[in-house]
Amino acid sequence: MIYWQLFYTFFKIGLFGFGGGMAIFSLIQMEVVQHGWLTPEEIVDIMAISQVTPGPIGINCATYVGYTIGGFWGSVLTTFAIILPSLIIMLSVCKAYFWLNKRFQGNPYFEQTLRMLRFTVLGLIASAALMLIKPTNFIDSTSWIIFAVVAILTISPEILKNKVTKIISHPILLILLAGVAGYFIYAPA
Amino acid sequence: MFFSLFWTYLKIGTFTLGGGYAMLPLIQREVVDRRGWIDEQEFLNMIALAQAAPGLIAVNSAIFIGWRVGGWKGVCGAVLGAVLPSFLIILAIAMVFSEWKDQPAVEAAFKGIRPAVVALIAAPLFKLAKSALKAKGAKTKGNPWPLTISLAAALLIWWVGVNPVWVIFATIVLTLIVVDIIERRRR
Repeated sequence: MIYWQLFYTFFKIGLFGFGGGMAIFSLIQMEVVQHGWLTPEEIVDIMAISQVTPGPIGINCATYVGYTIGGFWGSVLTTFAIILPSLIIMLSVCKAYFWLNKRFQGNPYFEQTLRMLRFTVLGLIASAALMLIKPTNFIDSTSWIIFAVVAILTISPEILKNKVTKIISHPILLILLAGVAGYFIYAPA
Repeated sequence: MFFSLFWTYLKIGTFTLGGGYAMLPLIQREVVDRRGWIDEQEFLNMIALAQAAPGLIAVNSAIFIGWRVGGWKGVCGAVLGAVLPSFLIILAIAMVFSEWKDQPAVEAAFKGIRPAVVALIAAPLFKLAKSALKAKGAKTKGNPWPLTISLAAALLIWWVGVNPVWVIFATIVLTLIVVDIIERRRR
């Protein structure tokens, strides 16, 4: 049953989604592609739209994927399922806030686990990027030029810290510019 | 309280582009500076918790602040406010986009966008790696393990096809075992 599978999958993503929007997107991508629910191009398009739309990227992504697979109720279900683990965990944390604060601050088990998870998440995001390097996303050599330019502009604030690099490295601007470039390069005259 | 939390998060959710991290400064301005619901120190603790817990940072923060300010009603108000704008806007786009998708102009634009999105996923890895290596108390200098874990995770997921959830789960279990061995030896 598709609704149960959607719920279970997105609940799992919410539960194991450490490390913010990009890590959660990577998890969504792996799951929906492995299930064969969406193609790698579809998931890339959804990511692009999620980034240029207001609100948390994970919610945007979950809603969109849910709608594409299961219609309106699919989107309700995936959005609810991805926040449900947060609700359970954060409410328990709030209820035991002072107790937890005393026990977990400086606790080596807790702090090392969080530290190591950051490195696993790095690998997870890298594998998400590797999986998307496919002929359907990179149709010709121009695609690689767009890839290189966007990558360099994204890293540019690391090399040159000023106002210009801060503005031109903004992901929303870069997606819009890539869209304009795509239109001029690929649109049939 | 339900309504004021709902309204505050609705405003923040509607007007922030760029995901959860972009929401944090706005949340701080509304919740700490303007409304005075929680103080600066508690806000910082909240961010630490929202990041440590699994799930979306924006949603985690809405749950924490909702609970501190208005209990169950506060949680419902803040979470609905944070999620509803995203949900409705995306739903509208998803409905329209499925019809636009095959327009030649839209198709051409997305041919340009796809490699850009892959770059937007790949390029921030350098910054993420740098900050993970430099994190307070990380003891990563000359230690090959952290980046070996990243590499192993990437290969397991991409090449072997292991579900990333298992890799995350394994990281948690293995770290706990290793820390336990070290702690026992120290005693």
